Amino acid sequence: MKSDQNILVKLNKAGFILNNKWLVRGVSLKVEKGKIVTLIGPNGSGKSTTAKIALGIYKKIDGSVEKYTNKVGYVPQKISIDWTLPLRVNDFMLLTESLDKETIDEALSLTGVIHLKDKNLGDLSGGEFQRVLLARAISKKPELLVLDEPVQGVDFTGEIALYELIKKISDELNCGILLISHDLHTVMSATDHVVCLNGHVCCSGSPMDVAKNNEYKALFGEQASQILSRYEHRHDHVHTSEGEIKKN
Amino acid sequence: MLDDFFIRALIAGIGVAIVTGPLGCFVIWRRLSYFGDTLSHSALLGVTLAYSMEFNIAFSVFIISSLIALTLIQLQKRTNLPGDALLGLLAHSSLAVGLVVIGFLSFIRFDIMGLLFGDILAVTVDDLFIIWIGGALILLVLKLIWKPLFASTVNYELAEAEGLNPDRAKAIFTILMAAIIAISIKMVGLLLITGMLIIPAAMARNISSSPQRMVMYSIIGGLLSVILGLFSSLEFNTASGPSIIAASLFLFILSLLNIKQSIKLKN
Repeated sequence: MKSDQNILVKLNKAGFILNNKWLVRGVSLKVEKGKIVTLIGPNGSGKSTTAKIALGIYKKIDGSVEKYTNKVGYVPQKISIDWTLPLRVNDFMLLTESLDKETIDEALSLTGVIHLKDKNLGDLSGGEFQRVLLARAISKKPELLVLDEPVQGVDFTGEIALYELIKKISDELNCGILLISHDLHTVMSATDHVVCLNGHVCCSGSPMDVAKNNEYKALFGEQASQILSRYEHRHDHVHTSEGEIKKN
Repeated sequence: MLDDFFIRALIAGIGVAIVTGPLGCFVIWRRLSYFGDTLSHSALLGVTLAYSMEFNIAFSVFIISSLIALTLIQLQKRTNLPGDALLGLLAHSSLAVGLVVIGFLSFIRFDIMGLLFGDILAVTVDDLFIIWIGGALILLVLKLIWKPLFASTVNYELAEAEGLNPDRAKAIFTILMAAIIAISIKMVGLLLITGMLIIPAAMARNISSSPQRMVMYSIIGGLLSVILGLFSSLEFNTASGPSIIAASLFLFILSLLNIKQSIKLKN
């Protein structure tokens, strides 16, 4: 029973049809507290759709979804904001939750955009806006974070820092993260569980298991599995509790 | 004091402006001005029913406008017609049916101009109660649904994903729209209610940088429009609705000057 209490959201053979076409079908996965689950797959493979099913945005779904938390932070892949609204970054931070000033400042500082707090949302660059989106999602200290390509448009150094931040948040808040990413390097280094989608679940498991899977190789090519093998080499040691490095 | 029709009109107008301010902002943000038109046109039907059944006007307008709003939502789900066509269909057919019904009610004397454009002479003490109590209720409900409504106005999926139930907020807001039309029909007249909703809010958009300020300026703009409009209506013996709307247009033009200045400053 103990493991069940850690489940935040669970999809049971979930699928979604739009305009008589299956966007994704038969997806089963679960996100647990403190775990990062990553969805990978080519364009149009149903990653965002799966995230939206998990979030309950799509309601008329096939299969079922069980959600055990209401404290959710979401960074959508695409967001269109209507500029008839006068909206500053600070207003946007308060969108779905009432937060105090310290919490807002802390979140904006973590993602490196505290200096933009009073700027109009419409005046931000793509990367800056992405950082604000992430800050907003983490500021409410969610139990479940759903991040749909959270670092798109962010510069290279920022990208690494933000992924480190995401990992840190997952540890500190003990929140479960459903991450969609194109960056296989990150996926493999920070993820507990990988689900590889191509309209259906083509394979899933730990990063290493997925990398060895033939369907994965067929989907992403040999190079992709080499990324993983390099990752494997990096972990030829374990950290002992005394802080020593012990070779396997 | 309440014996004076002008004082009554002023109190009524102030009550209406305080409520149309925030609602008008949402009408602009959510692009609902044609929706507002449709509801207010359908109000004529509500008025005629009120007359023929000797029923309270505000109440019957509220019922009919709510019904039209619900009909619209059903039609949107069940037909492939675009939203603006459905709005036009409902607006004009309900206006037409309302006028036809008036034709049948030849035994009742109607002040059509008053209905369409507002009549300050017509505001009774009962109307004041309806406006202020109804208005307070509208604002209270709006405050309760503010977060989900605003969040889903910014982005529907974010609001839905983070558990704010935007569909319920939207449905409640629709009812509030019907309610504001019901309470302001005597003041502004059914053809001009949408103007009362959107022009002060549009003026506020020009001069504000945050949603809260836009709501505040929109209320202030509405109040100024009502006061200016009513005094000129008294002075020049014009209908109250058009006078109020003309005053709000005047304020809107002033706010445009403000934009020009700020653009100059930026350059």
